[in-house]
Amino acid sequence: MKISAWCKPMIAVFGVLSFVVVAHAADRLMLTGSSTIAPLALEIGKRFEQQNPGVQVDVQSGGSSRGVADARSGLADIGEVSRALNPDEHDLVAHTIAMDGVGLILHSNNPVKSLSDDQIRAIYIGRITNWKEVGGKDARITVVNKAEGRSTLELFLQHFKLKNSQIKAQAVIGENQQGIKTVAGNPGAIGYVSIGSAEFEEKQGTPIKLLPMNGVAATVENVRAGRFPLSRPLNLVTKGVPPALAKRFIDFARSRRVNDLIEAQFFVPVER
Amino acid sequence: MISSRRNSLSQWNADQRLAPLLALLAAGAALILLLVVGFLIHEAWPVLNAGGWQRFFADDNWYPLEGRFGLLSMVWATFAAAFGAVLLAVPLGLAGAIFQCFYAPPAIAKLYRSVLALLAGIPSVVYGLWGLTVLVPLVAHWQPLGTSLLSAILILALMILPTVTLTSATALGAVPKSLLNGAAALGLTQKGTILGVTVPAARNGILSGILLATVRALGETMAVLMVAGNVVQNPTSLFEPVRVLTANIALEMAYATGTHRAGLFASGLLLTSLVLLLAWLAARVTDNLRHV
Repeated sequence: MKISAWCKPMIAVFGVLSFVVVAHAADRLMLTGSSTIAPLALEIGKRFEQQNPGVQVDVQSGGSSRGVADARSGLADIGEVSRALNPDEHDLVAHTIAMDGVGLILHSNNPVKSLSDDQIRAIYIGRITNWKEVGGKDARITVVNKAEGRSTLELFLQHFKLKNSQIKAQAVIGENQQGIKTVAGNPGAIGYVSIGSAEFEEKQGTPIKLLPMNGVAATVENVRAGRFPLSRPLNLVTKGVPPALAKRFIDFARSRRVNDLIEAQFFVPVER
Repeated sequence: MISSRRNSLSQWNADQRLAPLLALLAAGAALILLLVVGFLIHEAWPVLNAGGWQRFFADDNWYPLEGRFGLLSMVWATFAAAFGAVLLAVPLGLAGAIFQCFYAPPAIAKLYRSVLALLAGIPSVVYGLWGLTVLVPLVAHWQPLGTSLLSAILILALMILPTVTLTSATALGAVPKSLLNGAAALGLTQKGTILGVTVPAARNGILSGILLATVRALGETMAVLMVAGNVVQNPTSLFEPVRVLTANIALEMAYATGTHRAGLFASGLLLTSLVLLLAWLAARVTDNLRHV
């Protein structure tokens, strides 16, 4: 019971410290916006607080639109926006901290080499139900969809201009790992997961393959470069040039010091 | 007679100090249940209040981000999976318990017991992993898809089998020797003794074991999540995927916000009420049986 022996005082000290920090938080940063970025921003914020005593980082979610609105109105120091800024948002400055890429995966025994956007859409809404119809074997297609609320689902729906209720799925999964295992165990399955996790598993020898989209291979490199169609930037946005503290946080979030946090959430860091 | 009143021979008054402490600890455990239910209600309130709880039963399907909150098909799926598993596990478990108590040589009975205890201790995520990689492909061989109500029932049955067997065996073992001796004196065969005397005498213990197993089957999450396919639809066929209430919460909670989150808490509240209702019913049943 060595651990608990020094754990308790540590927790106590931590508790007291955090009280002290709250009490003296002269420097507060408020981030609001995309629920995709919020969990990541929370982790980055924790590390930023550790390295900058006295600074408090508050992170809230509520959607990219809220991120834009709050950054504009000044309610938040930094907005979290998980898409590129629209032309009518040029009053804001976007700082990309990571890329989010989603790749479609098939079982490695599936002879299908690529699918067009229209074919993928038809498969997901149940208009195509046999691999024969897209140049594969005579086998039923098992459509694997993501659970509601996941950012991969949001990006997928947005790209293919679908509503979740239109999708006729045979399996719904949560974590990327579960999706990879489901497809690896079913030669007729099609699913989509974060490219980072799929590429890793493919290299480990899991029997899955990532499909290219519009001729662009689904690799972390292509996501980082912004070439892959089914990807989006995760942005921190500010109104004009950010004040000193916000700028420090943004520089920190874009630096290599948080790459492990970004990769832990299956996003792709901007810089290596 | 043992009394908790102050013992005049003791110089420490230990009872006097121990009793309130124990009462406090006991109250703490009960209080936590109340706190949990209170918390569930509090978190679910926005959706219970705003859209009205009828939405959970009136809406046709579960698309919380599109404002559709139908829970009913998941309730049916939860019942179908749990009761299917109980239906499979009870005969098997009872047979195992009778074998262990009356027919197995002592060495084998002991081995069987420890194997079952081990089976009961395997974490559910391991069952899930095994189900996903072995059971689901097996089912898929027979009926394509594999991730289905049937897989969920099979994996749940496997998980609750040790509970049913072990509690039944304990109940059978606790039947008074005098009853068995009486049966022997009447010249009953072993089969007659077991079916006519021991099992009826142990029915309360067996029933409470079955209840325990049902509650576990209702509340099981990880294993079902991995093999059931999780598509929200009425359980019309054994080979179609379904989503149970627990899996719904586990799948969506991490990324849910606003009314979506409140909706998930509401489904947790519903599940808790189902379990409480079941426990109450079972208490009634065993009570009634005792007075027969």
